[in-house]
Amino acid sequence: MSTTTTTREQLSRRGQASRRTLEKGPSGWLAAPALAFFMLFAILPLLGVLFLSFTRWDGLGEIKLDGLSSWNTVLADPVTGNALLVTAKIMLFSFIVQAPISLLLGVFTAASQKYRAALAVLYFVPLLLSSAAVAIAFKALLDPNFGLGPGLGLPFLAQDWLGNSDLVLFVVVFVIAWQFVPFHTLIYQGGVRQIPTSLYEAAQIDGAGRIQQFFNITLPQLKYTMITSSTLMVVGSLAYFDLIFVLTAGGPGYSTRLLPLHMYLTGFKANDMGAASALGVILVVIGLALALFLQRLGGKNRNASQLEGA
Amino acid sequence: MHMKNLKLRTAGMAVSAAALSIALAACGSSGPAGSGTSADSATMWGLTGGNQPVLQTSVDSWNKAHPDSSIKLDFFANDAYKTKVRTAVGAGQGPTFIYGWGGGVLKSYVDSGQVDDLSGFLKEHPDVQSRYLPSVLKNGEIEGKTYALPNNNVQPVVLYYNKEVFEKIGAEAPKTWDELMALVPKFKEAGVAPFSLGGQSKWPDLMWLEYLVERIGGPEVFANIAANKPNAWSDPAVIEALTKIQDLVDAGGFINGFSSVAADSNADQALMYTGKAAMILQGGWIYQGLKKDAADFVKSGKLGYTTFPTVEGGKGDPANVVGNPSNFWSLSSKATEGQKKAALDYVADGMFTDENIQGLIDSGAVPVVNGIEDKLAASPDKDFLTYVYGMAKNAPSFTLSWDQALSPAQGDAMLANLDQIFLKKITPEQFASTMNATIGK
Repeated sequence: MSTTTTTREQLSRRGQASRRTLEKGPSGWLAAPALAFFMLFAILPLLGVLFLSFTRWDGLGEIKLDGLSSWNTVLADPVTGNALLVTAKIMLFSFIVQAPISLLLGVFTAASQKYRAALAVLYFVPLLLSSAAVAIAFKALLDPNFGLGPGLGLPFLAQDWLGNSDLVLFVVVFVIAWQFVPFHTLIYQGGVRQIPTSLYEAAQIDGAGRIQQFFNITLPQLKYTMITSSTLMVVGSLAYFDLIFVLTAGGPGYSTRLLPLHMYLTGFKANDMGAASALGVILVVIGLALALFLQRLGGKNRNASQLEGA
Repeated sequence: MHMKNLKLRTAGMAVSAAALSIALAACGSSGPAGSGTSADSATMWGLTGGNQPVLQTSVDSWNKAHPDSSIKLDFFANDAYKTKVRTAVGAGQGPTFIYGWGGGVLKSYVDSGQVDDLSGFLKEHPDVQSRYLPSVLKNGEIEGKTYALPNNNVQPVVLYYNKEVFEKIGAEAPKTWDELMALVPKFKEAGVAPFSLGGQSKWPDLMWLEYLVERIGGPEVFANIAANKPNAWSDPAVIEALTKIQDLVDAGGFINGFSSVAADSNADQALMYTGKAAMILQGGWIYQGLKKDAADFVKSGKLGYTTFPTVEGGKGDPANVVGNPSNFWSLSSKATEGQKKAALDYVADGMFTDENIQGLIDSGAVPVVNGIEDKLAASPDKDFLTYVYGMAKNAPSFTLSWDQALSPAQGDAMLANLDQIFLKKITPEQFASTMNATIGK
């Protein structure tokens, strides 16, 4: 008898111990390699940028400590405000365009029919191209004199796409969407495929139609997929640089000079590293704030199950 | 559930890392100096385009004859080069030969001690000094000392036109601004755009401002701007020039969608030789491109060229020229002694050899050296070449392109604001006050 009791006690103690490890999560040491890289390639240079933002440096001569003068230049410059506005617009429009398209395409390609799989491969192609190549190709296609419009004899397509300050923003949003929708489609496709079919079977038995199934099962089940995709979309628009740099170089005027591009041009065209660093710091702060905000959107009760009853 | 939460957090972390890396991209990009370079082999970065094959031949034959002081040559596209070389020089990884335009950028190299004073070298080699056109050589001087030596051809800005299109409407090339404005409706009636313009590249816009200011106010106006005199941009000549540009835009002088046309892809020249536009104001260097891309057009004598029209009541001498006097070699002060020696040997004996001069002329360029009249006259392109040579040699004033002459910060702001003048987003007065605020930057 006594032996059995001990064994039971031991077992339950062991169980408690393993539950404790579960609650604590795996060892913190697992994060060490990533953390080391993160310190070396993110935090350390970031501190460098923060330091440079309090200096004046043309990239060639001495780095001179200059207090807040770079910050004053940047904050007083109307171009900075405009760059923020352009960034916000591109972020908003990109989200409005990309999110629904990639959600629908993701749901569409998640089903198992062969033709859908074939289409999914085709949709994926733009993601394989480099942003610079995409930009150069679109620049040539959109040329008002030698591009797609005049080539096909379609005057509607022969607009001043990249030279009209009112049009150019939408052209940029379109090209960004063309390149990045495949990526988000892929994320949604994966998300949809993870939803247990038993949910749909149950809904069918209850007599729910396809539309009802989409709104009552697919959408709620994709909550976290949506948060991930939106975070990447929104924070990613703070990183649109290569594509826009090649496509419009920020022009015409300042129409598409968004914050990262403004930072680059200030640093490497105008050679004002101090001001460019200040812009870099602003960019990081905005990026972190947005990422944090979107994480919060997931709700406080993030541990709540999405698969209850499944 | 725990795992999911953890994954989400990791994703958040990754996203923040991505955001941060944008900022990092700004501070650590510098191309490595050419690989496989031995310590004593001098490095040279040149530009792709018209002069590329000539420079390649020149360096190849130098290397063949002087294997002990060889030069390693790499080529880059114009815009990318300008950013790359500055970053590389700042990081102490620049090439031995620094290719440049003189002006504000050269001054910033001199101020930070990145390039060597070549005055002594010129004194030791009087033959090097005497081979150059003096007005061009002067552009490599900063405060009386020579830091850069001309290395290729003279590149004044020229008004090119399509003779065939002009014949069609029975017009002559404009000699005055009024004649130019009068031509605009005639060409439009004939369904041809009066002017092609690579507005997307921004710098072609600048040629209009440079010449108009030169014709209206003379070279002093820009000299004041370059000297950072307060309110120099508010000079009446600048305002009048900008107003005239906007008048021309209003009249429909530039091709539809000109701000979508890129000069980097030569689309602006193509509009002129395909007859979609009648004229184009561009640098002397596009002749080399035209010779290649539109060989028949050039050979059959359909390409016309003339100087920029005069403006009534203007103070500028009609013989004055704007553009690039030449490109230049500067010598990196960070290079090793061996590299420097090889570089100077090449400058003394490898550049502007007979073979090199002939190569430049054959490509459709005018080398910046004395006594080449006979060679130019023997070339199939003699009309254009002697015209350009005479233009450069006889110009009382040769103003360097403003974006090169000014400091990079001012140049950048100027191009962006001028773009808005062409788009009619700002007025000449707004342009002047914005630019006045950049003086001294």
